[in-house]
Amino acid sequence: MAVAARSTQRTRWIRLQVFRYVTFAAAAVFFLVPIGAMVEFSTRANNGSRTLEYWRSIFDYPEMIAAIVASLQLAAITSVVMLVLLVPTMVWVRLKLPGLSRIVEFICLLPLTIPAIVLVVGLFPVYIWMGSNFSDSILTLSLAYVVLVLPYCYRALDAGLGAIDVKTLSEAARSLGASWFAVMWRIIVPNISNAILNATLLSVALVLGEFTIANNLLYANLQVELVHLGRANAGVSIAVAVASLLFAFVLLVILAFIGNRPRRVRPELATALAGPLAASQT
Amino acid sequence: MTERSGVEVRLENLVRRYGTVTALDGLSLTIAPGELVALLGPSGCGKTTALRLLAGLEEADGGRVVIAGKDVTGLPTSRRNVGMVFQAYSLFPHMVAWENVAFGLQMRKVGAAERKKRALEALELVGLGRVANRYANQMSGGQQQRVALARALAIRPQVLLLDEPLSALDAKVRARLRDEIRRIQLEVGITTLFVTHDQEEALAIADRVGVMQSGRLEQLGPPTLVYTRPATPFVAEFVGLTNRLAGTVKGGAVEVRGVRLPLVQPDIADGPATALVRPEAVSLASRADAEEGPLVGAVLTVAFLGAVSRVTVDLGDTTVLAQMPTSAASQYPAGTKVRLELRSDPVLIQREEPVATAS
Repeated sequence: MAVAARSTQRTRWIRLQVFRYVTFAAAAVFFLVPIGAMVEFSTRANNGSRTLEYWRSIFDYPEMIAAIVASLQLAAITSVVMLVLLVPTMVWVRLKLPGLSRIVEFICLLPLTIPAIVLVVGLFPVYIWMGSNFSDSILTLSLAYVVLVLPYCYRALDAGLGAIDVKTLSEAARSLGASWFAVMWRIIVPNISNAILNATLLSVALVLGEFTIANNLLYANLQVELVHLGRANAGVSIAVAVASLLFAFVLLVILAFIGNRPRRVRPELATALAGPLAASQT
Repeated sequence: MTERSGVEVRLENLVRRYGTVTALDGLSLTIAPGELVALLGPSGCGKTTALRLLAGLEEADGGRVVIAGKDVTGLPTSRRNVGMVFQAYSLFPHMVAWENVAFGLQMRKVGAAERKKRALEALELVGLGRVANRYANQMSGGQQQRVALARALAIRPQVLLLDEPLSALDAKVRARLRDEIRRIQLEVGITTLFVTHDQEEALAIADRVGVMQSGRLEQLGPPTLVYTRPATPFVAEFVGLTNRLAGTVKGGAVEVRGVRLPLVQPDIADGPATALVRPEAVSLASRADAEEGPLVGAVLTVAFLGAVSRVTVDLGDTTVLAQMPTSAASQYPAGTKVRLELRSDPVLIQREEPVATAS
């Protein structure tokens, strides 16, 4: 009986492994084939030979460099503003105004239901006013982008806050003499660091890939420049697209790596402290 | 950890309302320096609210909180100098044990070396020096609560507040940690308010027990007094087990099934009433195979509780609980016909209408 059960278990395990690898391979093909095709296209000369000319030419387009820098700045500003706005608000609502949680959730998720083009129609007069009274810098796009990333970041942060006992932890910290700022910075933020990282990843990815709002508000971010360049020089355009994909990928991997650092372990201290008063395992 | 004497804590006429619900209805309580008072009561009686008002985690709608002669009613938690252990595990998950304990000291701008030294001292005090480098998820529930206790004590607070700190633990660990808390409290000499719904815990640990109901203190006194001389029927029923036996009050005593018992309040008006009799005041006199009478019945069940057993006797119209040494109870297996004896301890009386006193 036991041998038969083990055999059944092993068969199931093998099937599961096969399913995993097949699914993984299918997903990899789905994502990598278009990227491979882009790499192939961007490294093929007119005569069919291999060349890196298109990749070298990226730096011959100062508008493209400016757009890349602007997109990176927008991603950074959007992420910071989103975190500064959302984290304290969500913590405060959980602690002091739980009755408002549904309303806050509704407001944060609302942009998800509004098409980007409709958002542009609403934002257009605001940006015209800002352009003539405040600033027409491309960085003002971050205001629109904060709204755009709100639903995704809200969900990521909400999951993080739901995983810890915010009320008890903050009350414990308060009873130990911590100010509200210390509660936020030293207790809440470290305990939702993964959620903050996820929200930041989403925010960065969305901003780097955003086209509709920037294009319709007549700003030139990375995606807008890619489209413009694509009309002038398809090879360089595809090279930039692949480069930006690789850049975003590396950036996200770095962020994820930072967020998943292993916790510190200091066994020497534990050993040094073991003494006659060592604890019973209660 | 240096020894220190406690301070006096006064809750004066505290009122707290949540909408239309009054959680605290004019609670007044004075805790002497170094004393441990346990607030005991059913869920929703206001005991935790009282503790949270003392901690400053909630604001009172009326009344004052005075610690060491200073009115702290308007002060935020962070400025009250109270240490608190919560019902839920409250260690900061991203810090190891000693960092948790040192957190309060860091908030008080204590230097790095000094706070580490004091944190380790506090951990030694609760017997957990060897887990100083562990995270909360690497510790058992009991260890986490002991670290939380060390954390609360490390800041050398004026008052220690314990909000059902043992309720999430299993029975054996709970009993050990309860004794540990009492030992440390006596060693440190800190004024302590302990909130619990577990009467055994409250009676075992406290200098005085306060029994609460509907936002009011029903009785405050030493554990033995609360148990043996409950001030109200609610206290009698909530603290310990009680038999409710129909009887008649007459001439300052109550007659229950042919036995006259003295009253806790002898000035109660004559008339029918329910007497509240403790199981330990009931004994099984003898086998009574041939006897009849109002106190003769058959043993229904015998519950073994270790050194003592609880015997349920069916008297026909009611059942009565008797508690006795297990060696004695073993003589009366289920089905045995027995005669009960009621010890003439003063008993409390309960009536449907408020208990009237004789004029």
